[in-house]
Amino acid sequence: MTTMLLDPTAEVSAATRPRLQRPVDLAGLTVGLMDISKPRGDIFLNRIEALLKDRNIQVKRFTKPTFTRVAPTELKQQIAGEVDLVIEGLAD
Amino acid sequence: MNQADSNDYIAVVVKENCPTCVHIVPALEQMIESGLAVRVISQDNPDFPATVKHVADDRDLGQSWQMAIEIVPTAIRFAGGKEVDRAVGWNRPEWEALSGLSNIAPDLAENRPGCGSMSLEPGRFEELEVRFKGDVMTSRRIAVDAYTDEMEIGFDRGWSDGLPVIPPSEIRVMAMLRGTDRDPSEVIGNVPPNLSPCTVEKVAINAVMAGCKPEYLPVVLAAVETALVDQFCMHGLLATTWFSGPVAIVSGPITKAIGMNWAENALGQGNRANSTIGRALQLVIRNVGGGKPGELDRSTLGSPGKLGFSFAEDETDDFWPTVAMDQGAERQRSSITLFAGDGVHGVFDQKSRNPESLARSFAEPLKTVGHAKSVMASDALLVIGPEHYRVFKQAGWSKDRLREELEKLLVRPGTELIIGAGGIDEGLPTTLKDKMLPKFRPGGLLIARAGGEAGMFSAIIGGWGATGKMGSVPTTGQI
Repeated sequence: MTTMLLDPTAEVSAATRPRLQRPVDLAGLTVGLMDISKPRGDIFLNRIEALLKDRNIQVKRFTKPTFTRVAPTELKQQIAGEVDLVIEGLAD
Repeated sequence: MNQADSNDYIAVVVKENCPTCVHIVPALEQMIESGLAVRVISQDNPDFPATVKHVADDRDLGQSWQMAIEIVPTAIRFAGGKEVDRAVGWNRPEWEALSGLSNIAPDLAENRPGCGSMSLEPGRFEELEVRFKGDVMTSRRIAVDAYTDEMEIGFDRGWSDGLPVIPPSEIRVMAMLRGTDRDPSEVIGNVPPNLSPCTVEKVAINAVMAGCKPEYLPVVLAAVETALVDQFCMHGLLATTWFSGPVAIVSGPITKAIGMNWAENALGQGNRANSTIGRALQLVIRNVGGGKPGELDRSTLGSPGKLGFSFAEDETDDFWPTVAMDQGAERQRSSITLFAGDGVHGVFDQKSRNPESLARSFAEPLKTVGHAKSVMASDALLVIGPEHYRVFKQAGWSKDRLREELEKLLVRPGTELIIGAGGIDEGLPTTLKDKMLPKFRPGGLLIARAGGEAGMFSAIIGGWGATGKMGSVPTTGQI
């Protein structure tokens, strides 16, 4: 059942939350590459990694145990602590 | 005829789960057989009474709500579509007068009280109120689907002060609004820092989230209104790097009425009204005003009191006036005073049995509010516990007398306060070295009473370093 809540704010911002802003430039940032463990995702991410390294951008690789479940909390915390943004391959 | 199509008919609202309604079925049958236009409306079972054809189904209770049914059975006679007579429960003479029949159902009891209408059952009433009056609430609706934990919404959307907030559902906000006669759309002021217009409804929503009961709402509304008085300087208080937040001192009959705490642990946790009224004010500042830590709220360290800090004054005897009375309020008038204050600094004195000695015990730590070398900077609120209060009362010291004595004790020689004095670089300009300077500006020392019976303790709540015209002035509002 849907519950209707009343907005407690002055309603000056949109009802839906905006996504985080994408960085204008990757210079100086560390990029995480997240493999969700779906077949061939690694091929895509390997290519992205090569392209980023060509541009002298630091890259860290992460792998989710299974694409069927959300990432374990420890992995999400590790990613949040080690990189500035994440690129992930979503499908095969 | 039992299906009334015209505007002239008798409506009878019943429910099967009501012995009186079951008892009067023969009366309904007789009224219908006599040719009266009777519209029987059933709240719980559209097949009841089984002997009546075309019973109107009111299981959603909409018709009962529209007709303001409080008791079943209720018979209402409509003429030209307007109610002209109403009989509540079963009383033969009343029903005969209403129907124009004589000697209705002579085998029935003469009189039987009815049962409560389902439209007034707790939970159902609130649901109906939202269904039929919900449009008085004009805030944007946010739909939460069944798979989302509504307790997480406050965190996800940034409405929370870090603790869980009660989800402000339409039903809860509607119930909260019953705590006031004021129109939900009434604008009570512009809330800093964004100076967003704040309606009674927005205050009610944030009061729900804070955990308030509807009867606290008048206090919360007064707190918000008082915070918006220019001299209180809520914008600066929010934005300061200092520790302070609004400390609400409540007095008058309302404190007993809503169960506020002035006794044991009055400044602490555990009492719903104390814990939620100040929190509701801070949630209004956060959500309506947009004042959030790390954004416009620039406090270096903050204070636990910024979650919300409100307490009641001890008025169990009237020898001393309340803080609000010191500001001009009357005893019998419920009032709220806001003070730009920090955390609680304890003062013990278990040996003084005369007021002169005890006043000196208060004066020493009062000198250190803000900084031991500052004067006329911060205000302070001295909260005196019962065992300390007793010493002053027994000696016949009025509150004014205590304040006067403290003011004398708190005059400081400039030589001790100037830059470099005591080996401390912080201090006043050296040009003030020959002056005698009062610790507090006139009106800058507030004195309240609260606390439990055991313990020769009092509390100093230091204030924001910006006071008077340069900052915040303690401000009293009426509830």
